Amino acid sequence: MMIDELLLQWRQRLALMWRQPRIDLPLFGALLLLMGVGLATLYSASDLDRGQVLLQAVRFALGLVLMLVVARIPPLTLRNWTPWLYIASVVLLVVVAVLGEGRGANRWLDLRILRFQPSELLKLTMPMMVAWYLSSRPLPPGWITLGVVGGLIAVPVALIAKQPDLGTALLIAASGAFGVFLSGLAWWRIGVLLVAFAGSLPVAWHFLHDFQRNRVLTLLDPEADPLGNGWHIIQSKIAVGSGGLWGKGWHHGTQSRLEFLPEHTTDFIFSVFAEEWGLVGVLLLLGLYLFIIARCLWIAKEAKDTYTRLLAGAISMALFVYVLVNGGMITGMLPVVGVPLPLVSYGGTSAVSLLASFGVLMSIYASRKAGAD
Amino acid sequence: MPDNARKPLQEARHEVGLFQRRVLAGFVFIFLCLAALSVRFAFLQVDRHDEFSARSEANRVLTRPLAPARGLIYDRNGVLLAENLAAFRLEVTPEQVKDLPDMLARLGEIVSLSDDDIARFNVLRKAKHPYEGIPLRLKLSEEEIAKFSVNRWAFPGVEVVPYLTRSYPLGEKFAHTVGYVGRIDADDLTRLDRGDYAGTTQVGKTGIERYYEDRLHGQVGYEKVEVNADHRPLHVLPDRVAPKPGENLYLTIDVGLQEATMAAFGGRPGAAIAIDPRSGEILAMVSMPSFDPNLFVNGISGADYSTLLNMPDKPLLDRVLRGGYMPGSTIKPFVALGGLELHLRKPEDTVLSTGEFFIPGQTRAYRDDQRWGAGRVDLTQAIAQSVNTYFYSLALEMGIDRFSEFMSRFGFGERTGIDLKGESSGVLPSREWKRARYSQAFYPGETVIAGIGQGYWVVTPLQLAHAVATLADRGEPHVPHLLRAVQSGIESRPQSLPIQSSGPNVIRHRGNWLAVQQGMIEVVRKGTAHGLNDDFPYVIAGKTGTAERYSRTTEEWTSISASPIERHQVLFEAFTPADDARIAVVVALEAGRSGASDAAPIARKILEAWLPGDQERQGIVDAHMKVADAAGGVQR
Repeated sequence: MMIDELLLQWRQRLALMWRQPRIDLPLFGALLLLMGVGLATLYSASDLDRGQVLLQAVRFALGLVLMLVVARIPPLTLRNWTPWLYIASVVLLVVVAVLGEGRGANRWLDLRILRFQPSELLKLTMPMMVAWYLSSRPLPPGWITLGVVGGLIAVPVALIAKQPDLGTALLIAASGAFGVFLSGLAWWRIGVLLVAFAGSLPVAWHFLHDFQRNRVLTLLDPEADPLGNGWHIIQSKIAVGSGGLWGKGWHHGTQSRLEFLPEHTTDFIFSVFAEEWGLVGVLLLLGLYLFIIARCLWIAKEAKDTYTRLLAGAISMALFVYVLVNGGMITGMLPVVGVPLPLVSYGGTSAVSLLASFGVLMSIYASRKAGAD
Repeated sequence: MPDNARKPLQEARHEVGLFQRRVLAGFVFIFLCLAALSVRFAFLQVDRHDEFSARSEANRVLTRPLAPARGLIYDRNGVLLAENLAAFRLEVTPEQVKDLPDMLARLGEIVSLSDDDIARFNVLRKAKHPYEGIPLRLKLSEEEIAKFSVNRWAFPGVEVVPYLTRSYPLGEKFAHTVGYVGRIDADDLTRLDRGDYAGTTQVGKTGIERYYEDRLHGQVGYEKVEVNADHRPLHVLPDRVAPKPGENLYLTIDVGLQEATMAAFGGRPGAAIAIDPRSGEILAMVSMPSFDPNLFVNGISGADYSTLLNMPDKPLLDRVLRGGYMPGSTIKPFVALGGLELHLRKPEDTVLSTGEFFIPGQTRAYRDDQRWGAGRVDLTQAIAQSVNTYFYSLALEMGIDRFSEFMSRFGFGERTGIDLKGESSGVLPSREWKRARYSQAFYPGETVIAGIGQGYWVVTPLQLAHAVATLADRGEPHVPHLLRAVQSGIESRPQSLPIQSSGPNVIRHRGNWLAVQQGMIEVVRKGTAHGLNDDFPYVIAGKTGTAERYSRTTEEWTSISASPIERHQVLFEAFTPADDARIAVVVALEAGRSGASDAAPIARKILEAWLPGDQERQGIVDAHMKVADAAGGVQR
């Protein structure tokens, strides 16, 4: 009987989820379209490997379920949880740093059943924490507030950069910085910070790992290292450039099929897309991303309090960083850092964490100013 | 600048407005960035389309890495210890294989593939990019190569690739010192630069091979190869960057001495090390038993490996670096020196040994070796006869803090900094150490037994040898090391590395040193190791050490008490010539009767083997000097 009651309760909840999904249909539709493009590109990039495509589809499905679940959590609850989630994710980062001591890249936490990177959690908990803190302070922020936020951002970012995972560190730092930007930080202060940042670059250079420095140097002269990092950039540019205006057509890209293009299902999948669909396809895909970002920013604008506004805004703008860094990388404008193309690159963790953050946006949308339910 | 005061309502409206302006600004920024990205795409895809299109068409040229030749390793006289031999390996590029399990099954009928090979291949396959070639089998036989070549058409994505494999002509003599290379595994890939190691199959795993990997590896080169649609190379294009071979290393080791040292052990488990005290150069370094490092080079089989792992005498354990021994009486010369340096004793001060020593106010007896004691002894006699009571009372007077501080000057309780990885730091008993380890106070009884090298003490043979060498060089410490010279090209001359002192002299008064040295000379002339100096041209200074392997109260002690040979860890330390030491030796045996009866004869054999080379370097020894030495020419 107990079980029957429980089942009934769950069925009711599921029915409610179905009737009132608390989702923004335009955004949801755009995400589905993007995932469709992702799977189609993956099918071609993996040389028609159905298994890989199926696995990715299953990950998308899991991510969507997570998105719907997260969407049902009211923003107020999220807000109350925020500091604890943030602390938990930073603690996990420290655990990974300590446990993984001595290995090359220690970013994985092995929980026997599932392995995950605590740094992925920060992609969500970082903007949450920044929004949580700023929403409790008088805005626009002064230097003291700024200093505290700086600390909140710097600690996990430093831990992740040390792993070493520069790409993720960059994304997470950006998501925190966008929160500060949106909170109305005075332009002159932004100017001062930018100048200070530029001034600290030589110092940061000093702390980079050798291979990270090489990637930056390779960018300046890819032909100098045609075996290692230079190879990625050269081959990717050939793939993109040879795509031309209209592209070579689906599954007609020779660069990836003849295995000249490395990592063509993960970080370099955009090159495959650009080769097969040409400039026209690229512009359409970038347009789709722009639409998704714009819609997310609109949700942020409609949000009813400071916390949700800042959170939604920071998540949306961080999404843009993925696209810009990945696009910049495959066209040889930015160094090779491991940043995936959102919902197109093959890989589970980033897809799931992205969809979870869209779940947060959906939740914020559902309790927006006008139509709070 | 202070934060603005809070004005809720007005502020909120203002804040919303500000946020909306910021969102707009953010959107404009994003739009501009994506527009810039689009312009970049347009530049590549429209403006430079023709160029890249042509390159894509011509993209039948693969860049292939050329592995550098690994540097060779020689002993100090130029005897080859590690060399490179030409061999062939089978390489698979997973992306070019349609059905991998099927291919492996068919391939297994042509060349022999063990489960280990396949397991290793699968691990590497996960760590490497699918477009990279992954070694499947190393060291193919002539017959296998011939068979595969005939059937090559049936295996797209599989290639026979020539490479250089490592070989250790002297086998087990240098298994621990030179170490070995092994196949690069997934763990190695995380720490190595992929570009640099693109063509390399083997990497240093232990010993010198590991420590000096950077020097030995060299720099990768590359060649460009035109391929057909199946990626089969058609021909090599002229532009080629030659790999730069690794540096050749000359070690401080003397092969002759190393061989004699091994032979002196007669198969008993233990360790020995010989150091030149003037420089810290290691002349011989032996951990017995040893194993054949060549087994590891091309992947050791699971069966061989578990045999080595499960052998009772643990051949894989490097006893010189990681063997933990209780030093016993071998530390007495250092304790005696501490008493002099800290002004607690003068050389002529005597202590009465009655056979038993008591801490004032306590009833527990600490025993001497001789049942009724050695009577009144001064410092020289105390060292020569290894009289425990002398050192019990000295250690108690010193107190544990001064004791451990003084001993640490000789490097006890810390790593020596030798150019090998994996050194243990041993245990120097101290208040801090005990608190950290057991969270307990240090008791006076423990200080007393620390004075004779028992209790918590653990030293590695290397540590002890370093301490003896420091003592032998009159307190001048030199980091023990194995690398003597480096040759960076075949034409260039080997460059010797400068000898470095690793710190200030640890002995203040020369007279104190002479007193201790005198005690150690007496050990060999009349003391516990008497007779050891007979028919040897130089004066030897030494000290025996015999430590109980088991506490007398435990069951192990009673159960094996029938065979005294098993009961002790035995040690011997020595240096010679006593006045101008050119070699310091430490011998440690895991089981034996006493340091004098078991370890000292091995040390003597090592010194005998060292003698001819030393005399050659010194010129023929003057007959006079020999006579003077034998008559005790160190009196002053």
